[in-house]
Amino acid sequence: MKLYLKIWRQTNVDSNGSFQNYEIDEITPDMSFLEMMDVLNEKLILEGVDPVAFDHDCREGICGSCSLFINGRAHGPDTGITTCQLHMRKFQDGDSIVIEPFRASSFPVIKDLVVDRTSFDRIQHAGGYISINTSGNTQDANTIPIRKEDADNAFDAATCIGCGACVATCKNASAMLFVSAKVSQFSYLPQGQVEAKDRVLNMVKQMDEEGFGNCTNTGACEVECPKGISIKNIARMNKEFLKAKL
Amino acid sequence: MALSGLFLVVFLTQHFLINVTSVFSEDIFNKLSHFMGTNPLVQFVLQPILIFGVIFHFVMGFYLEILNAKSRKNNYSKFSGGSNSSWISRNMIFSGGVILVFLVIHFIDFWIPEMNYKYVEVLPEDPNRYFEELVHKFESPLKTAIYSFSFIFLALHLLHGFSSSFKTVGVDSKYYNLIQKGTFLFSVIIPAGFVFIAIFHNLTS
Ligand code: HEM
Ligand code: FES
Repeated sequence: MKLYLKIWRQTNVDSNGSFQNYEIDEITPDMSFLEMMDVLNEKLILEGVDPVAFDHDCREGICGSCSLFINGRAHGPDTGITTCQLHMRKFQDGDSIVIEPFRASSFPVIKDLVVDRTSFDRIQHAGGYISINTSGNTQDANTIPIRKEDADNAFDAATCIGCGACVATCKNASAMLFVSAKVSQFSYLPQGQVEAKDRVLNMVKQMDEEGFGNCTNTGACEVECPKGISIKNIARMNKEFLKAKL
Repeated sequence: MALSGLFLVVFLTQHFLINVTSVFSEDIFNKLSHFMGTNPLVQFVLQPILIFGVIFHFVMGFYLEILNAKSRKNNYSKFSGGSNSSWISRNMIFSGGVILVFLVIHFIDFWIPEMNYKYVEVLPEDPNRYFEELVHKFESPLKTAIYSFSFIFLALHLLHGFSSSFKTVGVDSKYYNLIQKGTFLFSVIIPAGFVFIAIFHNLTS
């Protein structure tokens, strides 16, 4: 396959970036999108050009590192996947592909396609934990009975890998899907009840301080979420938040 | 946003129920309008609350839009919003804007003459004037068309807004499907009903 790439290049946080055009040949449909980027970078290195910086780690859809906004969509033209799970068979020979970083004021671009998502870490630090010390004295899991439905819902919420696709694709750059998943994974379980009130208040406060937008329930986030986290978590968090406030 | 929106939905329902009587009974419509127009509780308590609710809602709407735009200062060069969300849900400020323009026209048409009649010129109250005033407004096909066009946008606004407001106030999964269905029925039936009333009077006048 021959492809025409239009890629965002930016030297650092303070510089103004711009798009650069690249042509790339000999891409096979079986390559992953990130392998295609590797091929491009090898070519650039041989030409003495600075390779394109992009985030990646596990390359199997579990770490949440890979980002990229491809042809107008977070993680490219498919639903429920990360960019490392996207394959070139989704494109045609001769296609033009626009590759941009995730864009949100709370995700500043560090270099090229790499954005700083530590705002998510700070939200987690504000309350996304339970303070029970379990090291060395772990309880048997079956001593606290939990309804199957609640256990499943908590688990589903806990599958969030914090990739930020929800923010990237939301027209308001809202982080509500991420935060609500991190709140729900505890609030469904008895272990999460002790700190439930402070957790939701503090995490929402931190989210607002980071400058994320407000949710207007467009539902784009749950479509693009690689883990299929449901937008119902957002309504649930709104309920918890209001209850904690009142 | 959600609470003021829901409040407006309640008002809209009440407004519709009164208007719809004009289709089958001139007398009932006049009686209800006379009551609404002269009852001090409605005039001096509910009416100011309603005006406040409307202003609060659209001012907050514009503020929300500005705030959310700030959350993404650098826009994407390519953004396929349609691939994962509905046009209506992404353009509430647009449908809301059309409704706002309509409300201004509506105020000039009905509310300002009404206030003038009652509180400025202080004309003697005629309990049977309301129906004629209503019919008179819809004699013009242009006015009926503008009116009907605006209600299409109200329907669009509600198709997203009504169910969205329940999510915002935290009504979660159990009632999800019920809310989706209820939103659809309400958002289609009520605006369509208003359009029907307008066209009915245009054709029969
Ligand atoms: C006066 C002009 C209006 C403007 C500028 C306006 C604007 C907006 C905006 C920007 C939103 C937020 C978007 C969102 O949450 O997705 C919204 C939500 C909403 N609007 Fe309006 N609107 C107007 C009139 C109305 C009217 C007349 C009604 C009802 C009869 C209404 C009902 C709602 C509802 C129920 C919501 C949902 C609130 C939520 O999601 O939390 N709006 N409006
Ligand atoms: S690189 Fe780990 S999820 Fe894509």
